Amino acid sequence: MDLSQYPLIWEYMQPELLLLAATVLLFFIDLFAPSRFLDKWFSAIACVLLVAVTAISCIPGTESHTLFGGMFVTTPMTTMVKMILNIGTLLILLQAHEWINSEACKIRRGEFYELLFFTLFGMYLMISSGHFLIFFIGLETASLPIAALVAFNKQGGESYESGAKYLFTAVFSSALFLMGISFMYAISGTLYFDDIATVASANTALFIVALTFIISGIGFKLSLVPFHLWTADVYQGGPTAVTSYLSVISKGAAAFAFLWVLFKTFSPSPEIWQGILYALIVLTITLGNLFAIRQKNLKRFLAFSSISQAGYIMLGIMAGSAQGMTALVYYVLVYIFSNLAAFGVIAAIENKTGKVSMDDYDGLYRTNPKLSLTMMLAMFSLAGIPPFAGFFSKFFIFTSAVHAGYYILVLIALLNTIISLYYYLLVVKAMFINPNDNPIAAVKSDTSARIGLVICVAGILLLGIVSAVYGYLSGMSFGM
Amino acid sequence: METPMIYYIIISTIMFFAGVYGFITRKNMLMMLISIELMLNAVDINFAVFNRYLYPDAMEGMIFTLFAIGIAAAETAIAIAIIINIFRHIRNIDAENLDDMKY
Repeated sequence: MDLSQYPLIWEYMQPELLLLAATVLLFFIDLFAPSRFLDKWFSAIACVLLVAVTAISCIPGTESHTLFGGMFVTTPMTTMVKMILNIGTLLILLQAHEWINSEACKIRRGEFYELLFFTLFGMYLMISSGHFLIFFIGLETASLPIAALVAFNKQGGESYESGAKYLFTAVFSSALFLMGISFMYAISGTLYFDDIATVASANTALFIVALTFIISGIGFKLSLVPFHLWTADVYQGGPTAVTSYLSVISKGAAAFAFLWVLFKTFSPSPEIWQGILYALIVLTITLGNLFAIRQKNLKRFLAFSSISQAGYIMLGIMAGSAQGMTALVYYVLVYIFSNLAAFGVIAAIENKTGKVSMDDYDGLYRTNPKLSLTMMLAMFSLAGIPPFAGFFSKFFIFTSAVHAGYYILVLIALLNTIISLYYYLLVVKAMFINPNDNPIAAVKSDTSARIGLVICVAGILLLGIVSAVYGYLSGMSFGM
Repeated sequence: METPMIYYIIISTIMFFAGVYGFITRKNMLMMLISIELMLNAVDINFAVFNRYLYPDAMEGMIFTLFAIGIAAAETAIAIAIIINIFRHIRNIDAENLDDMKY
C-alpha cells in the first residue's frame, strides 16, 4: 500500500477512527481514574465523547469517497445514517444513566459503555462497507458484544437465558450468511459489491440459493418473521437499556445495511429479491401485529411491535428508488424517537418499582401524568396518528412503495396499521381509563432521563412538521 | 491427478447440514456450539476450495477464511462465557431448561 493514502484515510474514515479513539480513551479512564471520580463523571464523559464524535465527524458533506480500493465507501447518506445512530445512542445513554450508576451495576459500568461504543463502531463499518469482508466483520462486531450486553445482569433471573438465546441465533444466522457469501464468491470470483453487480449472472440456481442464504442471514438481525423467534425473549430478559439499543439502533443500522447491499450488489436482478421480500414483509407485519395483541409484558409487547415496524421499514427497500431510501432513513429516524420515548418511560418505572406488566400501568395517569403523556405520544407516533411524526414516516414509506407499483402490498400494510392501532391504544387505555385503586406511586426520575424524554417528545412532535428534515435527506438519496 | 472440486463441496455440504441438524436436535448447549462450529468450518472449506480451483490468481477467499476463523473463535469465547454463567445458575447446560420465557 502506498503511503500517500494515509491522510485520506484520516479524512474519510473520521467517524470510525474518532469513535475508536473515544472507546480506547473511555477504557483507560475506566482503568486508571479513582472510583469516586468515576461515580461522578464517567457517564457524563461518555456522553460528551459521543457528542464530540458526532459534531466533529458525522456532519454530512457533499462528496462520496472510496478507500482501500473500494472496500470502504462513504457517501453523504452513510454519514447521515451514522449521525442518526449517534443521536439514538446518546438518548439511550441518557436514559441508562440512572440504571448503570445504581449500586448493583456500578462495578460493570465501564464494560457497558465500551461494548456499546464498540457495537456502534461495527455498525459504522457495516453501513459504509463496499466489500463482503468488511460487511461481515462489521456485522459480527455489531452483534457479538450485544450478546455480552444482553447477559449483563449476571445475577438477574432471565438475563443469562436471553444472552444464550441471542448468541446462538446470531451465530447460527451468521453461519447461514457466510454460506451465502461463499456461493456468491463461487459465482463471481470477487466480493466487492460493485464487481458482483457487474460479473454475477443472475437467474442461475446457485445465485438464487446464495441470495436466499444472505437474506435469511440479515433477516435474523432484523427479526423478520420466519427468523423472529429470538426477539421477544431477548427483549424481555435483557436490561431495558440494552433492549432499547437492540430494537432501535441495531435494527436501524441493519435495515440500512440491508438496503445498501441489495441496492449495490443485487441491483441487476431486483425481481428475485423483491419476490422474497414481498413474502417476508407480509408475514412480518401481520404476524408481528397478531402476536403483539396478546402480550401482557410491555417489553415483549414492544418486541412484537418492533417486529412489525421492521416490516414497514422493509417497504422502503422494496421500492428500490431514491424515494424509498429517503423514506427508509426518515422512518428509522422517527422510529428512534418514538420507540425510545416508550422505552424511556418503561425504564423510568422499572428502575423504581420493577414493574413491566401492562396491568401495573392501570391508572398511571393519576400519579404520573407526565410519563403517561409521553407514553401516549410514543404510542400514537408508533401507530401513525396524524399530527405526530409517525404518521408522516408511514405516509412517505407507503408513497414510495405505491410509486413502485405495489398496491396490494401497501393495502395489506394499511390494514395492519389499523390492527396495530388497537394494541397501541390498549396501553393508552390502561393508563388513562382503566380504574385502579392503588396505581404505581409517583416516580421521580433523574435529570438525564428527563432530558432524554424531552428530546424524544420534541422529536415526535417536530420531525413530522419540519419538512426540511425530509427534504434534507431526500437530497442525499440515490436509487439502484 | 488432482482431486476434483466436487468432492470437497460434497464434504462441506454434508458438514454444513450436519451442523444445522445438530443445532436443531441437540439439547446440550456445548453440542449446539459444536454444531455451529461445524457449519462455520464448512463455510471455510467452501471459500478455500473455490479460491483454489476457480479463482487461483487472487487470494480473496483464503483471506476471508482467515477472518472467518478468527471471528468464529470470538463467537465461541462469548458463547462459553455465557454457558458457564448459565451453569452457575441452574447447575446444568440443557437448552430445555431455558424456558422461563415463552410465547
